[in-house]
Amino acid sequence: MIIKIEIADKNIDEKIFDKIFSYFEKIDKRFSVYKENSEISKINREELSENEWGSEMKEVFGLAEKTKKETNGFFDIRKPDGKYDPSGIVKGWAIRQAANIFKKEGYKNFYVEAGGDIEACGRNHKDKPWQIGIRNPFKTNEIVKKLSIKNRGVATSGIYARGEHIYNPKNPSEKIKDIVSLTVIGPNVYEADRFATACFAMGKNGIYFLESLPGLEGYMIDQNGIATFTSGFEKYLI
Amino acid sequence: MKKFILSLFVLASFGFYVISQNSSNSSNNFIVQTPIDSPNNTNTTPKNSKSVAIIPTIPVVKKPPSNPPNDSNQNNQSPTPPVIISPPPKKVGLYNDGTYVGNSVDAYYGNVQVKAVISNGKLSDIVFLDYPRDRGHSIQINNYALPILKQEAIQSQSANVNTVSGATDSSGAFMDSLASALAQAKA
Repeated sequence: MIIKIEIADKNIDEKIFDKIFSYFEKIDKRFSVYKENSEISKINREELSENEWGSEMKEVFGLAEKTKKETNGFFDIRKPDGKYDPSGIVKGWAIRQAANIFKKEGYKNFYVEAGGDIEACGRNHKDKPWQIGIRNPFKTNEIVKKLSIKNRGVATSGIYARGEHIYNPKNPSEKIKDIVSLTVIGPNVYEADRFATACFAMGKNGIYFLESLPGLEGYMIDQNGIATFTSGFEKYLI
Repeated sequence: MKKFILSLFVLASFGFYVISQNSSNSSNNFIVQTPIDSPNNTNTTPKNSKSVAIIPTIPVVKKPPSNPPNDSNQNNQSPTPPVIISPPPKKVGLYNDGTYVGNSVDAYYGNVQVKAVISNGKLSDIVFLDYPRDRGHSIQINNYALPILKQEAIQSQSANVNTVSGATDSSGAFMDSLASALAQAKA
């Protein structure tokens, strides 16, 4: 996963970059299901009992359980094969933690991006809110929407980049085919990410579930290139 | 114009139905129907959850003597808008102004209750007081019953942005570029 940082504040101490990148490296070491010796892989091989889990792992599992309840089971880090993959919540959670590191160091105008999810704080170099595009799922070198984001999180769930890697936990054998992309804007990227993941699993109904949640807006693109968006979405357009 | 009168009648009849429910002991007349699938999709709903819509239909009810029906209007199970057969004559000012709360009706996934608002003798508003919301699959019902959201065809924009949100980052391009560099680096 590529980590991208941009800072618009005047006085930048270069040490912050190392701090942030090391933080993400640490997260990856702990939570990546692709790393044999990660804590999550050990848990999935049942080599760690629950009281041996680290505090970050416990926190993430707790948040995942909470999200599962709030989305009536449409968000579930437990996969059909019984193994856990918390990536649908770790990404947003970690980006938000990274943004908090920035804030602790006194930065006010920056964004942190990982894997297409973004926490954007303050303003850009042109003293405007951060300008964030929504990728065209059918032509990934194009954008289809421009958002004006200040102190918000933006997360996109979709199926175009690596095949259908999101599925409906309520019916695992059925792949989500009717929508290809769902972008969520939330009060922070942790909220945006977990609901982007859950609502994408709901298929075409996800955007309506999102509409019912205060503080969250969304832009859903279906397989025909038709977008449906929540009633408060347009306030983020340039 | 015809369509307008027709849709007015549909609304009026529904309101009439709600009012008659108040005064009658008739049981549930709400029909739970499967939603209309869009023509170019075969089955977009997950197999083991139920997507249903609660659509007010023209029911078979006892009609007051002043309005003798000349048909038995049967509830239609097919997912098309309600079809009216030989509607009874519509009178202006048939209803008394006010708000009328319908029965709480078991719609299988939960209860549905509506309130009808009559202004100037006509049905002017229908308000959902209760709808199924406490079971997982009920969320799908609510979504069909709730507001219509705006839609648009997506359009390419000029890329004057700081960054882009997508399902992944540009790692596809990154991997391709890296792969081509590594290919050159191969001894």
